Amino acid sequence: MSKRDEERRRSVFTRRALLLGAGQLGLLGFLGYRLQKLTLEEGERYATLAEENRVSTRLIAPPRGRIFDRAQRIIAANALNWRALLVAEQAEDIHATLETFSHILPLSDQERARIERDIRRRRRFVPVVVRDFLTWEEMARIEVNAPDLPGISVDVGTTRDYPWAEHLAHVVGYVAPPSETDMDDEPLLALPGIRVGRSGVERFHDRALRGRAGALELEVNALGRVIRELDRREGVRGHDVQISIDAELQKAVRDRIQEGTSVVVLDARNGEVLAMASQPSFDPNLFNSGISAAQWREWTRSRATPLINKCTNGLYAPGSTFKMVVGLAALEAKSVTPTERIFCPGYYDLGDSRFHCWRKGGHGNLDMRNALKHSCDVYFYEAAKRTGIDRIAAMAKRFGLGVDLDIELPGTKAGFVPTREWRVRQGKPWNLGDTVVHGIGQGFYQLTPLSLATMAARLATGRAVQPHLTHALDGKAARGVKAEDWPSLGIPERDLKLVREGMWAVVNEENGTARVARLPGNLGVLAGKTGTTQVRRVSREQRERGFRVENMPREWRPHALFVAFAPFDNPQYAVSVVVEHGTSGAGAAAPLARDIMTDVLTRFRAPAMAAAPGSARSAEAARPPVLAEAPPPPAPETPRR
Amino acid sequence: MMVFERRLLTRDRGAGLLEKLWLVPWSFVLLLCAIAAVGYVALYSAGGGTPEPYASKHALRFGFSLVMMLSIAMIDIRLIARFSWVGYALGVALLVLVALHGQVGKGAQRWIELGPIQLQPSELMKILLVLALAQWFHRASWERVGNLLFLVPPTLAVLLPVGLILKQPNLGTGLITAMVGGAVFWAAGVRWWKFAFILASAAGIAPIAYERLHDYQRARIQTFLDPESDPLGAGYNIIQSKIALGSGGLWGKGFLQGTQGHLNFLPEKQTDFIFTMISEEFGLVGALGTLLLLALVVFFALAVALRTRHQYGRLVAVGLGVNFFLYIFVNIAMVTGSIPVGGVPLPLISHGGSAMLTTMLGFGLLLSVYVHRDAEFGAARE
Repeated sequence: MSKRDEERRRSVFTRRALLLGAGQLGLLGFLGYRLQKLTLEEGERYATLAEENRVSTRLIAPPRGRIFDRAQRIIAANALNWRALLVAEQAEDIHATLETFSHILPLSDQERARIERDIRRRRRFVPVVVRDFLTWEEMARIEVNAPDLPGISVDVGTTRDYPWAEHLAHVVGYVAPPSETDMDDEPLLALPGIRVGRSGVERFHDRALRGRAGALELEVNALGRVIRELDRREGVRGHDVQISIDAELQKAVRDRIQEGTSVVVLDARNGEVLAMASQPSFDPNLFNSGISAAQWREWTRSRATPLINKCTNGLYAPGSTFKMVVGLAALEAKSVTPTERIFCPGYYDLGDSRFHCWRKGGHGNLDMRNALKHSCDVYFYEAAKRTGIDRIAAMAKRFGLGVDLDIELPGTKAGFVPTREWRVRQGKPWNLGDTVVHGIGQGFYQLTPLSLATMAARLATGRAVQPHLTHALDGKAARGVKAEDWPSLGIPERDLKLVREGMWAVVNEENGTARVARLPGNLGVLAGKTGTTQVRRVSREQRERGFRVENMPREWRPHALFVAFAPFDNPQYAVSVVVEHGTSGAGAAAPLARDIMTDVLTRFRAPAMAAAPGSARSAEAARPPVLAEAPPPPAPETPRR
Repeated sequence: MMVFERRLLTRDRGAGLLEKLWLVPWSFVLLLCAIAAVGYVALYSAGGGTPEPYASKHALRFGFSLVMMLSIAMIDIRLIARFSWVGYALGVALLVLVALHGQVGKGAQRWIELGPIQLQPSELMKILLVLALAQWFHRASWERVGNLLFLVPPTLAVLLPVGLILKQPNLGTGLITAMVGGAVFWAAGVRWWKFAFILASAAGIAPIAYERLHDYQRARIQTFLDPESDPLGAGYNIIQSKIALGSGGLWGKGFLQGTQGHLNFLPEKQTDFIFTMISEEFGLVGALGTLLLLALVVFFALAVALRTRHQYGRLVAVGLGVNFFLYIFVNIAMVTGSIPVGGVPLPLISHGGSAMLTTMLGFGLLLSVYVHRDAEFGAARE
């Protein structure tokens, strides 16, 4: 190769090598720019992402608040619950692990489906409950087989314990694992074993009882394994709730009543519910472990409706217990004067229709007091006709009938009191005959035992007390403890006195309709009113044949009602009793009311029973203290005198 | 002819071994040590703050490779030139061997076990290809290089190993090998328009080639185009790598403080993604510093090429320089999410014996070129 050729070749090489170098420099510059862009321009974003990678926040479930009765007896507590958990990311093969597990403790297909659904729904490091409520033996079997069960661990959680079981189920309600819709609003609910209130007080005060979740900040690696704890904030345990119920009284009441009966006992002075019993009931403890489909079917299909609290959701016509309202409406409208007498021949003719009094021969001349005493129907037919349905309905509402009473039991029915407008809206006329029938508490009324007890309390005190269950929340007393907290009904004392005297006469006067309800001993005087409401219409033909209710099938017999308050001269307690198909208010409901009121007065009798509210509580202070965490099983009732 | 050449070689033995050692650019050796030290630090961190299992091995391998490099540097470049094609033939044979008996890794046959060391013939092939091509163009005049027929044998010499590597399949290394070969063609003076023609054809063929790619190769390209589309699958590596890089900021999280690396969010942090560890713990400053050290090596190779007085040495230096450059460019571009993930380690820093060995072999050859930059090759054979 010539020297010239070599020179040429070299200069071409040099040029091209330098170009190559420039290209490399350019590309290296590009790398530098990329690095700068990632670290400086987007550095903060990536730092955040790195932190999110690194830190995993886990929640610590706070203990649920407890529920006590008015005497600090525990009603809902937290018990230990040993359970097997599965952490999906720690199991190599979830199906294999579950398969092995089911050889140790059989899992039903249903359980397995639930577990797999939970795993899908949660992040892979969140433990999922495989089996709750393990016994010692089951735990031991799991621990022994631990090497064959990757991802399974045993830990202790809490569960709800209701020592009074079915006695307070309708009031306290129950808890259950949150549903999908519950999950959205709070991350706390994704924790395994967490339960939310599903009904009753558990549901109403769920937020307060739930508490606030603590947080655990953990450093995790790429597999989600915990490297170390970075920060720990303890949760706040749920507030304790004290309800106004007296569990012992509640149990005593429930022990007296049969299926289809509901009883509400109120403190007439402030509306506190002392007992609210509905038969039959259910055991809320069963919900802890998840009730079986068969059990649920049995409960929901049973005609006795054990899941339904008849005190708040049972709807009944009030019958004669409504006559006080009609009387007060008539007095207020001045359509009847207190002393005016109305003649009862045993029937009441309106146009072509004849309405009967319960007493075939009639009552003769009666004023309002005696009309109440004898529960004369004709008197109230006439009073209603003169007063009009709308005035009666307005008066009923003032007594808490057919209005939402705002009690702390979700799903409570308001009940219903008809008005002319309502009937017209239905496209039907309101006839005068309708008014007459509604004068004795029959017709379209649909009222709950709770509202009837409220009516009794309002009649007794003249104040618009509202029934309520919360005695104290987180140690702070709830609303309306003092009678003065409640506004007056605005009904003249004179009118109220007249009606109360009528109720007094029902029980305490010769020939009263419910003499049976007199209180024994020196407990005080009870005033009340019976009610018997037809479930089926009695035809004239039957009436003339002289039918006997005793011969009717049970479900055709009338409901028996009784409302009462005591003591008469210083009203403190109000009670309503509804006995489904009890045949007669005086026969079935009044004796129950008497026994219950006897029990109440015995129980709450305090040295200075003067109107001072809270005296009931001071009476209980004398009782031996009950250990909060270890409640004694409900003891058989023992008379305290 | 053989006799003649042998005489030439023996004449140059006059330069003694000590004299040659004196000629070795020790500043460059120091530069390599610095880079290896960076690697040691990064691997120390990748090992969770202990020399085991990566850093100590790294140091050992580097020491061994350094001796090998200096030994190669002492070999006369003309001797190396003589055996260029023998080496090439050996390289192709190894590629065939790996295709028949190689170990399968990630769905590709890539390495063979040679006693204690795993050898990736594709890495070695790049260097051997450079030597062979340099030998081919060594005596070619500018006019000769312009002759299309003269270019046919070297083109085939490039396509044969590239084809074998693509068959493994290893798309990244195949492309890099082709580029290294292309760089030698370019430096030898192959005309511009031929490169333009090749690039244009490549652009035309690309869609057809894409159809024939393996699923995982296509997934890589797709993931590259939109890494967030599959954050837990193929895109995971790129996303986590960018997070590690970016979260380092200007000064980094501090030595051993990188959360991405230490908590294993970074995949293959001791090999392909070692650069992200450096960037996470030492920030932009550390990353650019490392990049600068590596760039100095690239430009040292260029300087060697420009100072060498024989075409063989020039082409070898350029080829080796481009080879090294492509290593670092592809690796860093990959971890910054600038090009598809390719499984290319960062030379002298990543954990791995095969890559270290081949890299240092290349530098041995480069140093041999430098030491013998003024060597007289025999008269041109026309």
